[in-house]
Amino acid sequence: MVFHPGHEELHGVTVVVRGRSGRSWVGRYHERTERGILLLDVAIHDPATAPVDRDSWLERLRKFGIKVDSKHVVIPESEATQIELLQPSQA
Amino acid sequence: MTYHEMMVKPMREEVTRSGVKELRSVAEVDAALGPGEGTVMVFVNSVCGCAAGGARPALALALQHGVRPQHLYTVFAGQDLDATARARSYLADYQPSSPSVALLRDGEVVHFVHRHMIEGRPPAMLAADLIAAFDKYCAAEGVRDSVSGAGD
Repeated sequence: MVFHPGHEELHGVTVVVRGRSGRSWVGRYHERTERGILLLDVAIHDPATAPVDRDSWLERLRKFGIKVDSKHVVIPESEATQIELLQPSQA
Repeated sequence: MTYHEMMVKPMREEVTRSGVKELRSVAEVDAALGPGEGTVMVFVNSVCGCAAGGARPALALALQHGVRPQHLYTVFAGQDLDATARARSYLADYQPSSPSVALLRDGEVVHFVHRHMIEGRPPAMLAADLIAAFDKYCAAEGVRDSVSGAGD
């Protein structure tokens, strides 16, 4: 069910991108450009600075929603190792 | 950026025709969501085509169920900015999300459906989840139709 003609299937959908660096991003997929994957309204998890681990961070996002750290982020293709939908909480 | 009212009017009416009262000012929000008892649903409407386009019919389906919250309200994100911001102030720790559905009991959020829980899911499946939440949180004090289905 896509209501955005001319856009990729993931356009407008909330995804989790896992990075080679260990960082993760959760945001609305906008498009894939030559610079990388553009996400909007993005929450960012950096294991080097985050107070909680990635799984706990994701679980909180699932329950309470996305606390936006950046309005938009471009993740280079070389950094992104996995893209998946943000699944609802099982709790 | 707000959209032309002529464009969003059908989106407002798709919700209000199910008996949901639209709150368009801070005063209306405070009057509706201020201290009080009972069960309240707040639907945050949105122009977003894919998510809101599924959420509105899902809401209409769910509100045909025999058990419903006592009070049904909606605000329109991106259109009625002040009213939406005020409504979100009543939703405690939950981050802004549109479209979304909040269910409150005695002023406390007991169930929240975020946009990411709506995206890509068919209205019937969303409605089933809402109905389950209505049954769980509203059966004791919400609106319960009689066995005949009359909405009194």
